[in-house]
Amino acid sequence: MKSKKHLLAAPYAAWAVIFIVVPLCMILYYGLTDKSGAFTLKNILAIATPGHARALWRSILLSLISTVLCFLLAYPLAMILAEKKGNSHGFIILIFILPMWMNFLLRTLAWQTLLEKTGVINGILAFLGLPALRIINTSYAIVLGMVYNFLPFMVLPLYNALSKIDENVIHAAEDLGANRIQTFFHIILPLSVPGIISGVTMVFVPALTTFVISTLLGGSKVLLIGNVIEQEFTQASNWHLGSGLSIVLMIFILINMVLTALFEKDESGT
Amino acid sequence: MRKTADFAKKIYTALIFLFLYAPIATLIVLSFNASKTRAKWGGFTMDWYLSLMQDETILDALGTTLLIAFLSALIASVIGTVACIAMSGMKRRSRTVLMGITNIPMLNADIVTGISLMLLFISLGLRFGFGTILLSHITFNIPYVILSVLPRMKQLNPSVYEAALDLGAPPLTAFFKVTLPDLMPGILSGFLMAFTMSLDDFIITHFTKGAGINTLSTKIYTEVRKGIKPEMYALSTIIFVTVLVLLFLINMTPDKAQRKTDGKEETA
Repeated sequence: MKSKKHLLAAPYAAWAVIFIVVPLCMILYYGLTDKSGAFTLKNILAIATPGHARALWRSILLSLISTVLCFLLAYPLAMILAEKKGNSHGFIILIFILPMWMNFLLRTLAWQTLLEKTGVINGILAFLGLPALRIINTSYAIVLGMVYNFLPFMVLPLYNALSKIDENVIHAAEDLGANRIQTFFHIILPLSVPGIISGVTMVFVPALTTFVISTLLGGSKVLLIGNVIEQEFTQASNWHLGSGLSIVLMIFILINMVLTALFEKDESGT
Repeated sequence: MRKTADFAKKIYTALIFLFLYAPIATLIVLSFNASKTRAKWGGFTMDWYLSLMQDETILDALGTTLLIAFLSALIASVIGTVACIAMSGMKRRSRTVLMGITNIPMLNADIVTGISLMLLFISLGLRFGFGTILLSHITFNIPYVILSVLPRMKQLNPSVYEAALDLGAPPLTAFFKVTLPDLMPGILSGFLMAFTMSLDDFIITHFTKGAGINTLSTKIYTEVRKGIKPEMYALSTIIFVTVLVLLFLINMTPDKAQRKTDGKEETA
């Protein structure tokens, strides 16, 4: 019986090959050929043209800023939440998943209403006698949209990692004379590295590749690499160019994965 | 000192939740706004909730969204669970390969997944519509199921299943009576996760839907330029409040079976 069990993998293995592996090969094929089907690197090198390079650079910059902001906002929150032991675990996760039940396009659009010149936030600022915020249709609004949309993806892995830390380890450090800052940098932070890595990946990749947030909050003035690729497929219908640029994007995702993997090894080595 | 620290923690948590829930509150307020533009408040009205019931395009999109979410989560749960059982009997290397492939849709960008599936469907000559959306959603949902069933699979005690066989149960009966109930919490949370992901997906649907069919997400996206219909706010408010009430009820009822298994997890 046991020897036959692995045969059950056949349906999923077939599914995974047809719908995951083959489609990726198709992107590689389209990206590395021109319309006549001849091999070319033109579509990949197209990333170097000024417009595309600027969009890619802007995407990298904005997604890095968003990832750092998400991390800085999420870490203290995850620590506070992890202190609460007991039955609240499922509830805390629910609070962060719950917003997903309201469509993410609508939630992002709601920020337009909040950020507009005559919007809610500026109304409050004016009431308090503070200067108005003019960030709608700028890169700042896009960063805000990214942080807003992806913050839960940073909080949850951090929370999972932090709530798994054995309290006795922390007590031991304190007994051995470490102050709170030393305990944090020598004990808590290193032990939460797996959470940091998955949080960073789960924020950085969607932020790097989004085209929706920039469309909704950037007022189509700020183009990201995601917008460029989306337009090649839906408007310009140049699938070869779109695939070529997607390959470049995947290279960046791979670099991110390799870097985080190296970081993980480093940390566990010390 | 301790009190101020506690106070600061409470304020910080409250601010983050304000940030996360402010847009949701905004949408709920907008659903009662008599003015059609988002920019100003025109008084309280329930009109959008009434006209929502007449709006066939929105209700159609809602039906498609729910059907896709349900079917894709269900099929992904079956395929994913079977895959987990198979993986437990696999050699280490082939299991690593299969898990590696499983991780691709989770780690890859949605836009790349969407485009790659679109290229596949075109080359297969499939007609774009309900079927292609469903296939895509099943594909990105299976990893969520596998990742939530696999940990439970590892906790399974194989002797219990073998005991059932020794006691004369046919393998299938033993599976349905012994193994499946043990896996159920994992399958259920995988199903819910998959359902939520399917419901909230826009990017992959955008590339694989074709003309003439819309989910709520793609419908909203086409409305962005000309202005969102207020009925859409009404609908999302209804969905949100329904889910909120359901979750509240589930949390209120003391689920003994769940607690018991949780307790087991901690002692194991």
